[in-house]
Amino acid sequence: MTDSTPTDISRLETAEHPENLRRIAIEPLTRVEGHGKVTLLLDHDNRIRQARLHIVEFRGFEKFIQGRPYWELPVLVQRLCGICPVSHHLAAGKAIDQLAGVDQLTPTAEKVRRLMHYGQILQSHALHFFHLSSPDLLFGFDSDIGQRNVVGLIERHPDLAKQGVLLRKFGQEVIRVTAGKRIHGTCAIPGGVNKSLDSSERNYLQQDLPQMIRWGQEALSLAQNLFLEAREQHRRFARIDTPMMSLCRDDGGLELYHGGLRVVTGDGHKLLDRIDSREYHRHIREQVKSWSYMKFPYLQQLGPEHGSYRVGPLARINSCDYIDTPLAERARVEFRALEPDGLVQSTLAYHWARMIELLHCAEKIEQLLDDADLLGSDLQQSGEMRPRGIGVIEAPRGTLIHDYEINPDGLVTRANLIVSTTHNNRAMNESVRTVAADLFDGREISEGMLNSIEVAVRAYDPCLSCATHALGKMPLVVELQEPDGRIIDRLIKDTRGELSR
Amino acid sequence: MSGSFSIDGVTVPFETGQSIMDAALAAKIYIPHLCHNPEFQPHGSCRLCCVTANGRTVAACTTLATDGLEVANETHEITTRRRLLLKLLFVEGNHVCPACEKSGACQLQAVAYHCGMLAPEFVHFYPKRAVDASHPETIIDFNRCILCELCVRASRDHDGKSVFNISGRGIDAHLTIDSPSGRLGDSRFSASDKAARVCPVGAILPKHRGYEIPIGRRLYDQESISQVGDVASHREQEDG
Ligand code: SF4
Ligand code: FES
Ligand code: NI
Repeated sequence: MTDSTPTDISRLETAEHPENLRRIAIEPLTRVEGHGKVTLLLDHDNRIRQARLHIVEFRGFEKFIQGRPYWELPVLVQRLCGICPVSHHLAAGKAIDQLAGVDQLTPTAEKVRRLMHYGQILQSHALHFFHLSSPDLLFGFDSDIGQRNVVGLIERHPDLAKQGVLLRKFGQEVIRVTAGKRIHGTCAIPGGVNKSLDSSERNYLQQDLPQMIRWGQEALSLAQNLFLEAREQHRRFARIDTPMMSLCRDDGGLELYHGGLRVVTGDGHKLLDRIDSREYHRHIREQVKSWSYMKFPYLQQLGPEHGSYRVGPLARINSCDYIDTPLAERARVEFRALEPDGLVQSTLAYHWARMIELLHCAEKIEQLLDDADLLGSDLQQSGEMRPRGIGVIEAPRGTLIHDYEINPDGLVTRANLIVSTTHNNRAMNESVRTVAADLFDGREISEGMLNSIEVAVRAYDPCLSCATHALGKMPLVVELQEPDGRIIDRLIKDTRGELSR
Repeated sequence: MSGSFSIDGVTVPFETGQSIMDAALAAKIYIPHLCHNPEFQPHGSCRLCCVTANGRTVAACTTLATDGLEVANETHEITTRRRLLLKLLFVEGNHVCPACEKSGACQLQAVAYHCGMLAPEFVHFYPKRAVDASHPETIIDFNRCILCELCVRASRDHDGKSVFNISGRGIDAHLTIDSPSGRLGDSRFSASDKAARVCPVGAILPKHRGYEIPIGRRLYDQESISQVGDVASHREQEDG
C-alpha cells in the first residue's frame, strides 16, 4: 500500500463515497454457464476502497422447474450445471425421496447413490487439482502465463498430467456404471435407484482401484509438499478467518452424503452440531445485495455483518473429528497439525484438503465395491406423498441444498437451491479484497495482481470455473475507471493468455 | 384375394384391403411412421410414412397395396423429406430429450435417429404448454404431444369414452380433454384405458414414477426402431 495504515478489509466491500472512486473491473469474456467479474474501486490516491467479486449465476432454473412433476427433478436439475450435474442429481434425489414419503432407502439404493457420489467428487477434485490448480502451484502464480496451464503441465510433468486424466476417467467410469452414462445419466428415482451393479461391473471398477489409491496418495503428497514449500507465503495468501460449515456424522466423522449440519468457529468451538439439514433455513439466512445477482448467505447466529462462513473441502476437513478411512485420516491429522490451536484458515489449503478428500473417496469406493449390498436387487421403497422435500449433500465444492414444495397433484410450486459457490460468496469476496489490498501498489494494473486474484478465487473451485475452464486461458478485461466513468487504462488478457492494452 | 408388390425392390405379399403399411409391417419391413398403429383406423396425419408408389407420393398407412405396385421407401430423397418433417415436429413442441422420462423408449426420438436426424436445425417455437397432473394415476405433458390422435382414436373406438379430442387448426391445433374443467382428473379417463397405452411419445405417462429402466436397457437402447417396432406394441406385451 502507498500509505502506512493497513487497509481495513471489512470496510472494503462498500465504500463510503463510491461516487468519488475510480473503478477497476476484471471481467472474463466468455460467458458459458456463468461468469465472474472483479471490480476494484480506487480513490483519488489510488488506494483500494472497494472490492467486489460478481458471479452471475444461471438463475432461470427456479422458473424452469416450476410446474414440473417432482419425480422428474433429479434428471431435470442435471441441466443446471455442466460441471456438477451428478451432485444436483443426488441432492434432488434426496429431496424427492421425502416428497415420495420415503425416509430410509434400502441398503442397496443408498450404497449405489453413495458410490456415484464418491465417483463424482473424485473426478471433480482430480479435474480441479490437475488441470486448473496444479500449474499455478507448480510454476508459481507469477510464472510465464504461456507455461502456467495444463499444456505446460503436460510438457514438464507428463506423468502427473497423465495421472490426473486417468483419475478423472476412473471417477467418470464410476458415474457411468451407476448412471448409465457419464453425463445426463439416470440413477436416483423416488425412494431409490433404477439399478444396482452386477458382478462384471463391480470387477471392472475393482481392477483399477489399487492404482487409483496409489495415485491419490501421490496427488495428496504433491499438494501437501507444494503448500509446505512456501509455507508462510501460502498461509498468508488470501487468508481470511471464518467459521466452517459442512455435513458431519453424529459421531463427528467426515460425511459427504448424509449427515447433520455442523459449524465450527475459528477457535474450534462448535456453533452448530447435529442439526437436521432440513432445518437449514433456521440457521442460514440469505441476504440480497444491490450490486450482485448472487445471494449472500450468512449464519443467523452471527448476523449479516459477521456471519460469513466457508464450505467445501477446507471446511469439511476442518470441521470433522476424524475420517473413517485410514489413509485419509492419517492425512487429516497432519493437515490439522498445521494450526494446532484452531482451524486451518489458509485459502490455499483448500487444495491440500481437496486431495485428502480425493484419497478418501478412492478408499470409500474400495469399501463399497467389497460390499455385497451393491449387487442387491432391493432398489426402491415407497410411501405417502408429502408437500416438501429438502435434499442436502456435500458436493465437491461444498454443501448443496435443494428445497422443493409441490402441490397435491405432485407438481413443483416452489424451489430454493443454495449451491456451494453461493455459500462461499462472502468468503470469496473477502479473499479477493485481501489479495487486492496486499498487492495493489497504487500505480498500475499489474498482471501479477490479476493472476493472484484469479488464483485466490480458483482455490474455492467456484462454479464460475464452468465458464473459464481452460486454466491460464481465463480471459479477462481490466479497466481503470475515473469517477465520471471515463476509462483511463485497460488491460486485456485473451484466451491464449496474451496481454494487450 | 392376394397379390404382391415391391418395396425398395423387395417383393412383399399382401391381402386385399391391406394398406402398404400393413403389408410392410407383416413382412417386417420398416416404413417410418408416428400416427399409425395397426389396432386403429389409419389417420394419415403425420405424413412421415409417405413413400412413392409408381412415382406418386402417398401415405403408406392410407394407401391400399395393389398388385405389381413399385414402392420406394428408404431413398435419399424420401429420407431427407422425413428428416425435415421430424425437425419441424421437434421445434413445434418442447422435446427435451435429455430430461424426458420417455427418452430411449420414445418413438419420435427413435424415428429421428433412424432417419439420421442428429441435431435440430430450426428455431424452436418454445410454445407455452402446461402439464395436467390432476388425475391420480396418469399425467399428460402437453409439451410433448405431437397430435398423432392415437389417444383420441383409442379412447373413442376402443374405450368408448371419447375423452380426447383435437381442437384448433394449424399451429393452434391442440389436444383437449372432455370434462367439465377440461382436466384429466375430472374426465372419465382411467389408467387401465387403452388410451393410456398408445402414446408414441412422452405425453401420456404413469404418475409418480419415471426413469425406472436404466440407460442401456430401454426399448431403443440396443437396437433401432426398424428392428424393435412401435412403443405401443411393447406396452401391450408388458401389460399382458
Ligand atoms: S397425447 Fe400422445 S397419443 Fe395423444 S395425440 Fe398427443 S402424442 Fe398422440
Ligand atoms: S403414419 Fe402414415 S401419416 Fe402418420
Ligand atoms: Ni456447478
